[in-house]
This record gives sequence, C-alpha cells and structure tokens, in this order.
Amino acid sequence: MEEKYIGHSVERKEGREKVTGRARYVDDLAFPDMVHGVTVRSSVARGRILGIRYGDGIPWNEFTIVTAKDIPGANEIALILHDQPCLASEFINHPEEPVVLLAHPDKYLLEEARRAVRIDVEAMPAVFTIEDSLAKGTIVWGEDNVLKAYHVDKGDVDSAWAAADVIVEGEYRTGAQEQLYIENQGMIAVANPTDGVTVWGSLQCPYYVHKALMPLFGLPAEKIRVIQAETGGGFGGKEEYPSMIAAHAALLAWKSGKRVKIVYDRAEDMVATTKRHPSRTRHRTGVTRDGKLVAMDIDLAIDGGAYATLSAVVLSRATIHSAGPYVCPNVRIRSQAVATNAPPHGAFRGFGAPQSVFAIERHLDQVARAVNLTPEELRRRNFLRKDQTTATGQIIHEDVNFSGLLDRAFKESDYHAKRARFEKENPGATVKRGIGFSSFMHGAGFTGSGEVYLASVVEVEATAEGCVRVLAASTEIGQGANTIFSQIAADALGISYDRIDVAQPDTGAVPNSGPTVASRTSMVVGNLVEKAALNLKNTLVESGLLCDACTEDEFVRACKRYIETRGTLRARAKYEPPPGLHWDDTTYSGDAYGTYAWAVYVAEVAVDTVTYEARVSDFVAVQEIGKVIHPVLAAGQIEGGVAQAIGMSLYENVVWREGRMANGQMTNYIMPTAADIPPIRVFFEEQPYPFGPHGAKGIGELPMDGPAPAILNAIENATGISLREIPATPEVLMEAMAEKAGALV
Amino acid sequence: MRAYIPAYDLRVPGNLSEALAILGREPGVWQPFAGGTDLMVLLEAGKLSHRKFLSLTKLADFRGVEVTSGAVILGALTTYMEIQRHPGLQSEFPLLCTAARETGSIATQNRGTIGGNIVNASPAADSPPALLVYDAEVELVSERGVRWLPYHGFHTGYKKMQIAADELLRAIRLPRRAEPWKQYYRKVGTRKAQAISKVCFAGAAQMEDGIVRGIRIALGSVAPIVLRAVRAEASIRGKKITPELIAATKDILGHEIAPIDDIRSTARYRLRVAQNLLAEFLMQLAR
Repeated sequence: MEEKYIGHSVERKEGREKVTGRARYVDDLAFPDMVHGVTVRSSVARGRILGIRYGDGIPWNEFTIVTAKDIPGANEIALILHDQPCLASEFINHPEEPVVLLAHPDKYLLEEARRAVRIDVEAMPAVFTIEDSLAKGTIVWGEDNVLKAYHVDKGDVDSAWAAADVIVEGEYRTGAQEQLYIENQGMIAVANPTDGVTVWGSLQCPYYVHKALMPLFGLPAEKIRVIQAETGGGFGGKEEYPSMIAAHAALLAWKSGKRVKIVYDRAEDMVATTKRHPSRTRHRTGVTRDGKLVAMDIDLAIDGGAYATLSAVVLSRATIHSAGPYVCPNVRIRSQAVATNAPPHGAFRGFGAPQSVFAIERHLDQVARAVNLTPEELRRRNFLRKDQTTATGQIIHEDVNFSGLLDRAFKESDYHAKRARFEKENPGATVKRGIGFSSFMHGAGFTGSGEVYLASVVEVEATAEGCVRVLAASTEIGQGANTIFSQIAADALGISYDRIDVAQPDTGAVPNSGPTVASRTSMVVGNLVEKAALNLKNTLVESGLLCDACTEDEFVRACKRYIETRGTLRARAKYEPPPGLHWDDTTYSGDAYGTYAWAVYVAEVAVDTVTYEARVSDFVAVQEIGKVIHPVLAAGQIEGGVAQAIGMSLYENVVWREGRMANGQMTNYIMPTAADIPPIRVFFEEQPYPFGPHGAKGIGELPMDGPAPAILNAIENATGISLREIPATPEVLMEAMAEKAGALV
Repeated sequence: MRAYIPAYDLRVPGNLSEALAILGREPGVWQPFAGGTDLMVLLEAGKLSHRKFLSLTKLADFRGVEVTSGAVILGALTTYMEIQRHPGLQSEFPLLCTAARETGSIATQNRGTIGGNIVNASPAADSPPALLVYDAEVELVSERGVRWLPYHGFHTGYKKMQIAADELLRAIRLPRRAEPWKQYYRKVGTRKAQAISKVCFAGAAQMEDGIVRGIRIALGSVAPIVLRAVRAEASIRGKKITPELIAATKDILGHEIAPIDDIRSTARYRLRVAQNLLAEFLMQLAR
C-alpha cells in the first residue's frame, strides 16, 4: 500500500476550527430554555448525613432541587464496580462528595443558592494515607480497605536470595497530580421519560457515559444518547469523571424538564475531579557481584481514594510495569489499591506506570552503586532481549534493542562528556549540574484480555460524491485522532486526505470502538479504520465496480454507481487479537500487552543551592514506537508528555488537608510554565509492529513514564542526594540537603 | 464566576475631587478599584467580601511617570508594564523594573498598578521590597489635604497600613541618588513566571574601599508585612564583608523575620532561603 499520507505531517483535521475559535466546546453551546446546574458537596471527609437545610433569602421555589431521592433508577455511577453513588444519600466518604444538585436560569443566583445550602453531617473517623488505610484501624471501604490486590510470581524469589551477593532495598513515593486539561469538565443534558436521555459533553469515552446513564435512569441502551462536544484535553481526567457530571446534568434535566448545563470552574474541577493515584513502592533486589539481577521482590500500594472507580486497572498497569524492561528469573510482586477518604483518584496519562517506573528506575541507580557499576552498565547487563521473558512471563518476540536506544540517547545528549564535565565543575559551584537517565517500556492498548472483552468496532461509510466518513466512538481530545484516522483511511483507499472526515462521536450514530485511553487509539482503533476502509474498497471490487489498483476518479465513480444501484455503501471491522496472545487473569501471567513502546530518556538538571530549585536544563527522549504515522503529532505527544512529567517530578504538589485539596488554584498548584521547560529533543526509532496500522504502536502515555526517575537520577548526579519521592519540590530538596550537611538548626 | 454580581456596586468618578467627595462623605464604604488584578481573582472565586468599589480609571493625575532632578514620581496607576519599559527607571531603579517584570502574567502586568500593589498590602507582593530599598515615599490625598509619608513604616501589620478611609494613594516618590549603589533582587517562586513569591529579596549597598557605607535590605513573604531588615542592615553598616560577618548577619536576619508554613511553602524553607539570599547578596558586594 502506498504511503501517501502516513508518515507525513499533514494538516490537522480540526486545526483551523480550533485556532480560529470556530470550534464549539460545551460551554459554547446554548439552547433555548437552557438552565444552569451546580453541585452542592459535602465538606466533611466521612460521616452520616443528618439533614439538609436551605437557607433564608433565596427564592427556592424558582429552583430545581435534586437529591438522591429523585434518582429514577439505581443510585450509582456504574463502572467496574457499583460502589460510588451518584449523590450521597446517607453516608459521606470524601469531602467533595456530591449531595444536592440545583438548577436555575440565573447562574449567579445559583452560586448564592449553593452557598445557602447546609448539609449537616455527623463526622466519622476517616483515613487519609496509604499507611493508615493498610493499618486497617478504621475500615472505610469493604471489609479491609483493599479495593484490589494482585500477585505476580515468576520463579522462586525466596530461594533466590541465596544466589545474590548484594541485596538492595528502597522505598519510593509519588504524589497526586492534576490533569489540568485546558477545558474544564462540562456537560449539557436533556432528559424525559418519553425521549430518554441525551447528553453533550467534554469527554473521552462516550460509551462509558452511556453505560453509567442506563442503570441510573433504568432505561434501555437505545434511550440513552451521548455526544462528544469538541474537547479541550483529557489526559485521562475525562475517562471516568464525565459519567458523574453527565449523571448530574441529566438528573436536573429529568426533574426540571429543561436542558441543563453544568460547567465546572477551575476551582471545582481541581478539587472534585480525579487525580493521579499517589503511590508507595518498596523494592528488595538481589543482584550478583557482576550485576546480574537474581531476585526482585516488589511491594506496591496506590491510594484509590473513596471509591473503586478505575483503581483496579490502574493498579494492574502499575503492577505489570513495576519490574521494568529487565530480565530477572525470580520476581514477586504484591500490589494493592487501598481506599482513603479523598475524592477517588483516577485515570491519568500513564495510568499507574509512571509511579512504578519511577520506583524501579530510581532503585536501579541505587543497585548500581551497591555493586560498583555505572547506572548504564547495570542496565546493559539486564536489559530484556528477544525471546526472554518479562515479569509476567511474556516472551518478547520483537527484536528489542535497548542498548542501541541507550547509545543513541547518550550520543544525542552528550551524556558521558557532560558527566565528566559536571564532576569537574560542580565543586565550589553554587549551581550544581547533573545528568541522569531512565530506560523503560509502556504496554500499548488494554491489559491482558482487555481488548478481547472490548471487541471494538469501526465503520466507514462512503457518499455518492466519493467522500468517506469514519465512524468510531474514539474521541479527538487534542491528540490528533481525527487526523490519524483520516491518514490511515486515505492511504487504505488510495484517495486524497481531504475526502475523509471523521464523524462526531455520538452513541446514536457510531459503533463502539472502545474508550479513548491506554495509548490504543492509533494502534488498535487505527488498525480497525484501515481494515474497515479496505473492506469498503473490497465491496466495490467484488461488485465489479472497481479494479484493485484504481485511481481516485475511478473510486469516486464506483461509489456513485454503487449507491445509485444498491443503496448505502458501508463497511466495518471488528477487533481480532493478534495470534498467539495468552493471558491468565487468575495467575496474572502471560502476554500482558500485544506490544510495548521502548524508550531511554536523558535529563540534565541544574540545582541551585541558594534556593534549592532544580530545573531541567536539557532533555533527550529516544523511543522505539513502531511506525510514526504523523511526525509532528508524534513529537508533540512526546514533548507534551515530558512537560507534564516534569511538572509531576519537580513542581506539582497537591497539598492535602483532611482529604481535600487545599491548593486548588493555578496560582498555588505550581504547574510549570513554558519558561520552565527545557528544549525537549525527540528521536524516534521505527520497528514496525505487525498488528498496528502500517506498524504503529501506541505512544500517548509513554512520555509520562520516564522523565521523573531520569530527573531525580540527574539530581543525585548533581548533588549526591538520593531523593526517593516526587514531587521533588525545593522544600523537599532543602530538607534533604540540610540533612546531608547535618547543619539545619 | 462564583460571585453574585448584582450584589456589587462600582462607581466611576470623573475626576479627583468627585472621588474624594465620595470617600469623604462615606469613609470606608467605597473601596478603591485600580487595575483589579487582585480584586477580580477574589470576585471570580466568590470571596470578595467588600461590595462597593470606586473605580480610579478616570483619575488622570494618578497616571504617568515624572522625572525631576531630585526624584522620580510614579503615579499610583502606573502599570507594571509601564514601569519595566521606562528608560529612566531601568537605569536608576532596576530592582523595581525586575520586580515588575516578574509579577504575575503579561496580562497582570498590563493592568496591575504600583499603587494597587501597595494598598493591596500583600506580604508576598514583589514591588514593595524594591520600594523599601529605594527609600520610597507615598503621597496620600483626601478632601482634608495632601500628605507625604515614608513608605518604610506605611504597613503596620497584616493588611494594615497608615491610610485613612477617606484617603487615596496618589503617587510614589523615589529619591534619585548621585552615587551608584550595588543592587540585588531575587524572587523565589519555584516557577519562572506567574508565580507568587515564597521569598522575595531586594538589597542595595554603597561600598567604599571594601567597607559597606550604606545598606538597605527588604524582604517579602517572610513576615506579616513586607519587611525592611533594619537589624541585619545595622550589623553590616560600616564593616568589611567577611565570612564571619555573613554568618552572623544570617543569624540576625533569622531572628528578624517571621516566616510561616502555608500552602505555598514552609517556614523552614523561607527562613533558610532568605538567609541564603542575604549571603549571596553580601558575597556579591564583597566581589
């Protein structure tokens, strides 16, 4: 197949609409008779609701007021489990728990009303840390606070310690992080018993919202319709939370009989919606004197917040990525997601992997020092190669060349020369420089048998004018899905890119191609787009209207003739797993992912010993991601992910007070600005993956995984201080430097 | 927007006498509104408790920068952008220009005013340390008359200052110096732009044969008000800078400031960084 568009940086499909301001986001949509809605939340972390009072001075008769009693179906946000209520009716489990919904045409009066509602709560003991949750002194979820646990066993760790010359232990921690998409969460709903429920919103996964609204209203699938409005970023933050805000808007619409719009402001979005799971990982690693890994014992725990939401799946990815891209005959992983009385933590780019990769890549630098090897040499001696097995026993069939990636990353970053130079220049310097790296992988697509369960479908439809529309539930959230689908379809059909468009995701009109998550859209759904397009062309060939090697004009004529004589011209493709993939959920072993993207990242830092501020001064990202479909978009994904990971590493600190985010403003939650981000130099190696479109693998999450350990390894190189937690804020660095100097008064 | 807009009132007097008459008639009722860069943030968050505002936008004599032989006089409505672009300020009062350049965002710099920055009375404000180091004076006007006060001492406690309810801050005067002073300014806000200071330090000194003849040091974010470190200054004045002097002065400064733990940082961090910045300033003087 000719690659006329694939591999080229064509213009973004929706780019002009966005940069000229014509693109319409949910807050740009207005309907006659539309009213606004707000959410009244608990302010107590845990307790029993005693009553709700509506204060004086508000014309309450003008308001639509919804509580749990008004829910026509089940009071739940259906996801994996059904533990999270849509509105708290009796018990409060976190300080931002929604209790009452209000709607009114005047959104300013609505705010006065929100302030006038008092929810009386009898407080109950609450749990705020992983340690307290694991101690089980207070049980806040289920029987033991454990939302999910996994065991992975490879070989026999207990007998393997004897073969180790050195055993190195370490504990590593990562904090919560806000997604900070540009557009806050928002939804518009219309709902009544006759027509059912329709919502328009900013979201990643139309069919997740669809699934959640059915039991809430007790309505069948065809009575629920979910339409994605233009969406200003997601990063996972619009994976599961939109079900909540859609449910709230729909309940207000159902009771009021009007269209209801709920749009969060930044303050509400930051405190009430999901964040990255905080984590605590313990490593115990046995290694021979010559640096071969013989045993890895990993104990990891993540804080899931008050309800199960997606924690089981986040924990799964954290677990599978926790042993890194290394070969070790004996691996034991024990992992748990535990409940606390904070708002539920949720999906965020990387989805558990950044937490695990941080721990293993910081830890290996400690292991290297313990056996007197350089960080690179230790890794070179243990890199996973073709025909070897991962921690879950997955045999790697690709010709993965980590040493080659490392060589290239070191060459591009001038690693060795800089390391030598910094060692010479640092003594006596106020600003200490350092360079560090990480090597890591990211599994693309759903874990284990996830893609088989999803059974995604994509359709394509041609018009009589020879234009082709891609129908999928996969959403454009700024990452470029529309563009990539169009490139793939255009090359599959041999027609021009301009003839392709991508339908607005609408559960009433598009098949379920699965959620827009897990770095799966290009690789998995893109592959289905290609197959569906080829099926469409094949329909024309088989009907005798087209020869295989056709021109664009012939294709256009064939479409016209087909539609005139036989009606609709539509084709579909359904997911089929690559042959030979096996995954066992009971033993948590087998082929965890169809493939992985592999990467080596190098960070250079400057640590100011006057202010204890560490800045990333240069960054090199080398990765093997199969075929690069759109070089500009791909590089953009890497640059954006690295920038977001720099935020997670050094700046973005969620300050918790009794389960509540205390710094929910962009002035006090320090996201780095463009001025804080170094040049990010992106390099791709391309080794086509046979089951992705033209060989493409997933890349969206990969760049989130590697920067944090590379940066902290660089800080250790600069200062000799081995930090075990992120964010490594100046306050953290100061305490560590003071402790090392033994000089703090 | 969480504020209930109908509850707010904004009056726009056309000239100074009209403005002062409103303030004189109902002192304390009308709060001045200049660039709005602090007030609008509170309004948006639904936390602006004061409800009646007096817009100063039409007060022409509150604008502009006047350079005389003895002083530079800034109208209270001079914006951060006007400050950082003013050639005279750049050459003689560079710390003020640096502070203006490091305040908020470009949008904030276009709207925010130096007078507003003073009367908003945030202990974390970036310009006041520079004003203290430059021995600024402020001009207050009311129907009762005009008075000039030294800026040092203007702030008397957290959000408290020497301005009566019927007065407006009209201008800031910076005395020009004949001889050059060595100057130092550093804002520590973790990110390079759009940051609120964790510690802000301004210092200026006049050196003569290695001896510190004159010295002024001021800090933000380490006390309930932006602070002139007079005791640290006194320990340096008239002396030669040595490692022992630096260590002793750091200790004095540590007792002079009163940093706190809050959502932005810790008292320990602020203390130590303030001391480090002092040391960095003094070492630059010694060089």
